[in-house]
Amino acid sequence: MKQTIVQKILAKSVDKTSVNIGEIVEPRVDLAMSHENAALVMNQFFEIFNGTNLEPKIWDQEKIAIIFDHRVPAESKKTATNQKKIRDFVERYDIKKFHDIRGDVGGICHQVLPEYGYVQPNKVIVGTDSHTTSHGALGAFAFGIGATEMAAVWALGKIVNVEVPQTIKVVVNGEFLKYTYPKDLILYLIGLIGAEGANFRVLEFCGETISKMNTSGRLTLCNMSVEAGATSGIVAPDEETVKFLREEANFYGDIEIIESDTGAHYEREIYIDLTNLEPQIACPHRVDNVKSISEIEGTPIQQIVIGSCTNGRLDDLRVAAELLDGQSVSSNTRLLVFPASARVYNQALELGYLATLIKAGAVVMNPGCGPCLGVHQGALGDGEIALSTTNRNFKGRMGNPESEVYLCSPAVASASAITGVITHPKKGAN
Amino acid sequence: MPKVLWKFGDDVSTDIIYPGRFMATVLPTETPQYAFSDIPELHNALNQDYCTKGQVIVTGKNFGCGSSREQAVSTLTGHNVIVIAKNFARIFLQNAINLGLKIIICPEIEAEKGDEIVFTGDKVFNLTNEKEFSIIPLPKARQTIIDAGGLIPYVRARLIEK
Repeated sequence: MKQTIVQKILAKSVDKTSVNIGEIVEPRVDLAMSHENAALVMNQFFEIFNGTNLEPKIWDQEKIAIIFDHRVPAESKKTATNQKKIRDFVERYDIKKFHDIRGDVGGICHQVLPEYGYVQPNKVIVGTDSHTTSHGALGAFAFGIGATEMAAVWALGKIVNVEVPQTIKVVVNGEFLKYTYPKDLILYLIGLIGAEGANFRVLEFCGETISKMNTSGRLTLCNMSVEAGATSGIVAPDEETVKFLREEANFYGDIEIIESDTGAHYEREIYIDLTNLEPQIACPHRVDNVKSISEIEGTPIQQIVIGSCTNGRLDDLRVAAELLDGQSVSSNTRLLVFPASARVYNQALELGYLATLIKAGAVVMNPGCGPCLGVHQGALGDGEIALSTTNRNFKGRMGNPESEVYLCSPAVASASAITGVITHPKKGAN
Repeated sequence: MPKVLWKFGDDVSTDIIYPGRFMATVLPTETPQYAFSDIPELHNALNQDYCTKGQVIVTGKNFGCGSSREQAVSTLTGHNVIVIAKNFARIFLQNAINLGLKIIICPEIEAEKGDEIVFTGDKVFNLTNEKEFSIIPLPKARQTIIDAGGLIPYVRARLIEK
């Protein structure tokens, strides 16, 4: 039978040679990731065992990852107490892949997982975070689940009753124009198919552009696949994947290279040619409200955020440093930079990117999710507008329902920081 | 008689249902107080006594899109509301079934705030506009979990069996 890459991964996870689309399977889980919401997972996990006379037992402490990122350092006593309870749990159950609030090994879960080689091709990965879709960038089938679902995974080591999903094939060809990036591509795609366009489906990215794209760019694409409703994004593993795993993730184990069969069933195929793609902006209050930059240039911005699991990696900070070198952040706006991980922070420090950004007037914050989810580190005032490299612009997303958020690439964010209004990077570079 | 408490359009995100700033509150017993905090009228209706149980929220497509936060479900379960949507976002749908939130997929639903609604196994009846609409069954993959009364009792039973 001809199968998609996701069918193959799911077949392997249930010890079969093939599975049909729509078939209900119980995949073995290779990695189960949580962040601060592990506090809720723990509660539900103990609830499962409540009244059973069974000792609460985790199926495999090597396969659970817990990474603090959503509110680091803790913004409230409630969060601090939750984090403390999680640390106690980590010690009691000997959880191996735990990344606390640290300047050496901390960071956003979706950056830490690939960096540390926890993600490999042909694996099933679940996370209590919708952006778990990111890890498809390395050829894993990775998807977000709720906390109770995760408690079940901790107990059983399997994800209960998964329907083998349909796949939408996204074929991308052509070269990015200067100042246009994978972020612009994924925003364009979300605008094209809508916030519900891939609900219950997988987005499989392929084509010559994807083959040439580095893992960082693929992470951006897969990360935001969920904004079109996708269960997961995925890219077939290739030489780039192997290079990333060996050279950047220090992973020396076996790497299983798989790909979709020619003739596999796709629900739909979408062809995108990058030739004329301008920088794209998602406008308030929907991620699929996407416009080309030329339609909204000049919009005044009060806060600019560069960071997040979508665009807080080293190459994102490099773009920002190049555009802001010798420049100054406009007095009409403020620029906050959040490296995606401690490793990224330290690399950017060594390469001088952070010094360049600080000299230009940026505030460089600690690695973590920052203001993306509206908890701390950069709330917006009533009537203020933010321009951000993050992934969501829902009403109230940055902590204030009386504010607005626009989403863009790090290049657009950086060029706009200099002018204080939405600006095409080619203009900032002149 | 269940009444429509609120009517939404498409793509209601989990940030609308349960804003991120309350995510440090995790326990299902504590989350209901923050439901729809940024829509004061709905928020107040849910948190006041005159909101009788079993009222209905009617929404368009892709209800619960965005975050995987389970608080967006437990905050509603705590108020005993029923959500009728044209369809649901994947993670929200699974969380709702896992936690036993009453949800109905009804692609053709037409209802306004204040309408009186009743339902059978496969139909929604709007007594106010005198129309009936078909219900799409929940995914068969989840039926065993619904039958068990939620994911926790389902997993508990499996562990005892072992």
